[in-house]
Amino acid sequence: MSEVFKVTARQAGKFIVIAVEGYINNLAGEKVLDEFNRWTAEGYRHFVLNLEKTQLVNSIGVSILIEMIEKTQELNGSMAFCCLLPIIAKTFKIMGLTQYARVYETEAEAIAG
Amino acid sequence: MSANVPKRFELEIPIACDKELEATKVAERVAQEMQFGPDCVAEIKLALIEGIINAFEHSGSAIQKVLVEFAIHDEELEVVVQDFGQGFDASSKPNVRPLQRRGYGRVLMESLMDEVKYFTSPQGTRLVMKKRRPKCA
Ligand SMILES: Nc1ncnc2c1ncn2[C@@H]1O[C@H](COP(=O)(O)OP(=O)(O)OP(=O)(O)O)[C@@H](O)[C@H]1O
Ligand SMILES: [Mg+2]
Repeated sequence: MSEVFKVTARQAGKFIVIAVEGYINNLAGEKVLDEFNRWTAEGYRHFVLNLEKTQLVNSIGVSILIEMIEKTQELNGSMAFCCLLPIIAKTFKIMGLTQYARVYETEAEAIAG
Repeated sequence: MSANVPKRFELEIPIACDKELEATKVAERVAQEMQFGPDCVAEIKLALIEGIINAFEHSGSAIQKVLVEFAIHDEELEVVVQDFGQGFDASSKPNVRPLQRRGYGRVLMESLMDEVKYFTSPQGTRLVMKKRRPKCA
């Protein structure tokens, strides 16, 4: 990819915090999904996606995030987003994600639930 | 506005993964020069990405490039995505349901820009989008 893209994850209590850096398109979205799947395979079902360092998410990227939301619903878990730039908050709102996933200002708030 | 930005100019974007970012880099510079604020710059970039990836993904073009044009008007920025594909019926807009996977590109473009129009024929599709200057802080 022509831009920096990075996914890191850490555990915080029952939550897995996945932090994403860079433009989320189809390929980047797949990498986030891979990380997510690794943790669900280990039995985790509560996730926080920290998008502080993500400038844009395209529609295909969002469709992959929707896949993750659906999976957490199946697992009776949860998906929350934090640290969204206004453009990303607007994208999620337009695409209806905010009805299915909580949005927090900070990671600390997201982990506090 | 500085003199080094022409009033109208065109880029050729090869149909290949991530090449839409070449166009958004230029869009960012143009929009900033036009004094659009950072949130509006991001909105223009995302609308342009959606227009370009639609041309990449759906046009079925044998010619492996799309054209992106910028026109700087006093009141607005005009961004055009032209492909050389088969065209489509732009009047039938997909319904958007909650948690559906695909079909959000047009909805996004229409929400992010002030005007979105398609001119489409079996020779290709021309997507014309406009963002007005004063509305955007
Ligand atoms: N340049 C184009 N050439 C041909 N068909 C197009 C073009 N742009 C859009 N379309 C058609 O319009 C439909 C809707 O586009 P839209 O961007 O809204 O959804 P999508 O691309 O299918 O999914 P998403 O954008 O959510 O990834 C496409 O599925 C395609 O059939
Ligand atoms: Mg699309």
